Amino acid sequence: METLLELLHSPWPWYVSGPIIGFMVPLLLLVGNRSFGISQNLEHLCAISQPRIVHIRFFKYDWRPSLWSLIFATGVPIGGWLAGVVFTNPQPIELSSAAIQQFSAWGLKDMTLLNPPELFSFSWGSIPLLIISGILIGFGTRYASGCTSGHAITGISTFQIQSVYAVIGIFAGGMLASHWIVPLLLSWQ
Amino acid sequence: MAEKFLPLIRFSPYLLLGILFGFALIKSEAASWYRIQEMFYFQSFHMYGIIISAISTATLSLFVVRRMVGRPSLEGEVINIPVKKPGRVNYPLGGFIFGLGWGTIGLCPGPIFALIGTGSIPALILLVSALHGTWLFGVLRDRLPQ
Repeated sequence: METLLELLHSPWPWYVSGPIIGFMVPLLLLVGNRSFGISQNLEHLCAISQPRIVHIRFFKYDWRPSLWSLIFATGVPIGGWLAGVVFTNPQPIELSSAAIQQFSAWGLKDMTLLNPPELFSFSWGSIPLLIISGILIGFGTRYASGCTSGHAITGISTFQIQSVYAVIGIFAGGMLASHWIVPLLLSWQ
Repeated sequence: MAEKFLPLIRFSPYLLLGILFGFALIKSEAASWYRIQEMFYFQSFHMYGIIISAISTATLSLFVVRRMVGRPSLEGEVINIPVKKPGRVNYPLGGFIFGLGWGTIGLCPGPIFALIGTGSIPALILLVSALHGTWLFGVLRDRLPQ
């Protein structure tokens, strides 16, 4: 019992969490021939909330057959609550020493939580950043018809060249942001 | 009476899989800005380990699923391997735009949903902004190269 609780509280190594994430692809196919991907829900939520008088063609479709996806997405924050609140990891996150050095050099002080309070807070410095990043994420994932789950995992495991192009784009954008935008933003703080 | 609970039973596997996915995203620390930066600076194998083992698990288990193509799934719909829509520019360009947001704020859509469950207001702001980004895409779609 003690060890089970410890397992639930401790962070999971990549070779445990990675396969669990990967199993979503075959399991969703076996349950209902569903394609694993999270960002499609952004589209469904827009379709649900579009008022009748607005005529944006992209959101004019019957979202009801995608109810399964919204239910799957509802489970994600429940799992997040269980993992982050009920079974909290009492230890600070174990980053590599190179990363810790880098983050300290950037002026980040508190590295105990999953995300830096310097960027994830309710302040004038971070809110515009959250909004702009969120817009880029919502716009880009729909333009590419998928995010990390739909392309990197579902797309590549089903050998689709479109997903390879998408993943190259994602990685290039991420590299540019983390090597250029992030240091620039943090130097202003 | 039993019929009233039918949708609940029908959709419960999706809810359970979603819970497991959200749990794994937090426990793996894939929902961490630090882990994402560490990945883009090649300072740790952790995130690559998650992505590579997830792809390998999916690929290997799909060899079994492929044998069941044409047979009904648990819900009844016939199993098929999903195929992406045709397109050229939209995949790398959309990916690049998404990557800019991901590299800056360190969260992709899955982790945004998972973090909301931990009570994170910043994650909620991210979701609402992402919905606006999706809406903006819907408005501009016909003018964008596909």
